[in-house]
Amino acid sequence: MSFLEVSNLDIKYLTRKETIEASKDVTFTLERGEILGIVGESGSGKSTVANAIINLIDKPGKITNGSIRLDDIECCQNENIIQTIRGKKIGFVFQDPQTSLNPLFRIKDQLVETIQTHLKLSTEEAIRRSVNLLREVGIENPEKRINEYPHQFSGGMRQRVVIALAISCEPDLIIADEPTTALDVSIQFQILKLLKDLTVQRNLGVIIITHDMGVIAETTDKVVVMRYGKIVEQGKTLNILTNPQSNECKSLVMSVPPTNKKIDRFKLISPEGKEISENSTNLTNNIIKNWGARESSNEQLLKFENITKIFDEGSVILSSKKTDKLKALDDVSFNIFEGESFGLVGESGSGKSTIAKIITSLVKPTSGEVYFENISLHDPKNRKIKYKYRGQIQMIFQDPYSSLNPRFKVKDIIAEPIKFFQKNINSNEIQSNVYDLIDIVGMTRQSLDRYPHEFSGGQRQRISIARALATRPRLLICDEPTSALDVSIQAQVLNLLKDLQDELNLTILFISHDLPVIRQMCDRITVLKNGKVCEINETEKLFNNPTHEYTKELIHLMPKIESIL
Amino acid sequence: MIAKTLHKIIDSDIGYSFLKSKIAIISAIVFLIILFCSIFAELVSPYDPFNPLNVSLMDAFTPPVWSEGGNINFLLGTDQQGRDMLSTMIYGSRISLIVGFASILFAMILGVFLGVTSGYLGGRYEIIVMRFTDVQLTIPSILMALLVDGIARGFISKSLHDDMAIYVLIFAIGISEWPQFARVTRAATLVEKNKEYISASKIIGLSNIVIMFKHILPNILRPVLVIATIGLALAIITESTLSFLGVGVPPTTPSLGTLIRFGNNFLFSGEWWITFFPAIFLVVLALSINLLGDWMRDTLNPKLKTR
Repeated sequence: MSFLEVSNLDIKYLTRKETIEASKDVTFTLERGEILGIVGESGSGKSTVANAIINLIDKPGKITNGSIRLDDIECCQNENIIQTIRGKKIGFVFQDPQTSLNPLFRIKDQLVETIQTHLKLSTEEAIRRSVNLLREVGIENPEKRINEYPHQFSGGMRQRVVIALAISCEPDLIIADEPTTALDVSIQFQILKLLKDLTVQRNLGVIIITHDMGVIAETTDKVVVMRYGKIVEQGKTLNILTNPQSNECKSLVMSVPPTNKKIDRFKLISPEGKEISENSTNLTNNIIKNWGARESSNEQLLKFENITKIFDEGSVILSSKKTDKLKALDDVSFNIFEGESFGLVGESGSGKSTIAKIITSLVKPTSGEVYFENISLHDPKNRKIKYKYRGQIQMIFQDPYSSLNPRFKVKDIIAEPIKFFQKNINSNEIQSNVYDLIDIVGMTRQSLDRYPHEFSGGQRQRISIARALATRPRLLICDEPTSALDVSIQAQVLNLLKDLQDELNLTILFISHDLPVIRQMCDRITVLKNGKVCEINETEKLFNNPTHEYTKELIHLMPKIESIL
Repeated sequence: MIAKTLHKIIDSDIGYSFLKSKIAIISAIVFLIILFCSIFAELVSPYDPFNPLNVSLMDAFTPPVWSEGGNINFLLGTDQQGRDMLSTMIYGSRISLIVGFASILFAMILGVFLGVTSGYLGGRYEIIVMRFTDVQLTIPSILMALLVDGIARGFISKSLHDDMAIYVLIFAIGISEWPQFARVTRAATLVEKNKEYISASKIIGLSNIVIMFKHILPNILRPVLVIATIGLALAIITESTLSFLGVGVPPTTPSLGTLIRFGNNFLFSGEWWITFFPAIFLVVLALSINLLGDWMRDTLNPKLKTR
């Protein structure tokens, strides 16, 4: 008899048009002192299974079959039993620490409330216990901090509080749903280490749900791989990662960007198990003819010189105080040469996106200059000259769900910049231009007549790329273009970007927090921290011999899929 | 083709929720009947109450057909001039609806324009516009309409009063309703303008006007549609109130409010039907529009949306 036994679990979502099977015949077990990873792409049903264990499935979802036994007590769909177990025997850690704590209650109140609900303790004892818990999860000076509100804690600290809440009633099982997805690499490392330590010290069973194979490799003992609500493979983590059997699993493992070497292209596997060697070389011919061939010149294209940006959103009427100003960028300088791909890497708040906004003139720098082909972009004298350069810088955004206008058809989204830049173009030419663009991003021409909401995240990102290419740009800024996508889709989009760069001689500024992705995509990399440049170097030199302390730390802390080998 | 479009509408989420909601169906049917009757008043109503040939003072104060002394020719009785109540109400509702639609259209264009521009452009312009709406919202809409009406009367020569009355009324109601639109559209614009597709449009180099009215506007029409519907009922009621107070449309082309005012004089002398039926008619009209608006707000609000 295992500690947790989930067997033949079926969960269905009944909607008006169809019944979605979010979980089909899911069976797995978990022992004490073991960490189980549930991994899968979005929509694979991994969160649904976790929510089913604590009977928190949103309507119209329904468990239609199966059993969940914790310590040999059947607790599937039995709300009375679950009430006593949830919080006491099972602790839950949510994805986003910004929203999983009530902002109006002090940390003390939240901990004491949970403790007193399940354990019969006096308030003083509960407080003493809370302080010990906070100390255990690594919060310094807990006697003082317990009286603070959630907004006074940073993201990583808040996630520690959430973990403290989860273990406050000495549960036997902790379910962590994407516990580190919203956190930076260095904090992710600490939180995962904390979970691992707690598992050993308290002899807990832990379920970690994640889409990140690096996290799986670093923390888990066993893995369940899910796809479309079914378990496609399960077993020891080492076996799954080194010797995957099913096609789904192979595709998942192969799509993960390796952290220890640079590869040319990602290998892709079709659902039938064949290798896809999709290449868009022949498709770009039309575009090249249209654009005129471009020579790679290796000359400096963009110069970012001593830029400082202070965000000061003071009142328009009252003059704001001089203090408390946030320096988003502090004396940042770098050059980008034509034809190269230049990477910007850093944690949240390091100013990566601000740089993209300054280059695209969405915000103005406080001081410093940006030169594009030796023309200053922010000098008011250059307004007329700048007109010539409009459209030469384009951008691909992070969130594919908000970067396309939901009220426009795909063809209108792509055609708009074409019409804008070539005023006297006739409709036939527009159409052939749009066809060329939709072809090279690897989508069918039928999709032009549809609206963005009919496409998946990866397809939307391709539409976004087609729109960006419509103005014939020379510099393409990619701001976290794949962070909202699943790994296999990420691999496809990254391959596409590489192909386009080769064929069209694009210069790419690639912004990401994901070191393995940056390593695969970039020739040179800049490491940013709190608005300051730490290091600029060629990719392989940077990864093999980092000079700056912060770079060393980042590379050391990133979850590595190879770590298990 | 038509069948296909119809099928698409019924199959959409909005169509589905419409067919699920009995209240929405009933109020839509009631509203459409009233709308149809008022548009085709010449065909629908038994008499043309404004043609002196049809009106005889001999028929004045005929009670409804089911009471003593009723006349089968006048289903709901007649007023003090011998006009058929049913016909006057149908013609009156036409005036009420015209004023309602026109004034809400006016308020919508003004409010949406100011809301989108102030939300998108920001800065001093936004502050000034929004303080204007704040001030406007402190003045009760009836008072505002009375004020506009009074001022307008001072400017327009007496002979033109009756002809211009309806336009003044439309302007007066419209000017008291626009702040609602401005507030809602500004809030929606603030949400939309931070989305990445707007950044993408800026990077392409599109002008502010194109971004505001081609990209943002279609995305914020849902809440505008909801307040326009609820505002329509409000505008019709405001019109009736003003007409009841005697500052609305002239008695020669009575609206529902004017009819109620006439009847009010006879309420205590036993001729209750002259004021009762227009009042009921007004209640039914406003209620059906309001219920439609409520349903629309629930359906189009993504926050309340459940599968």
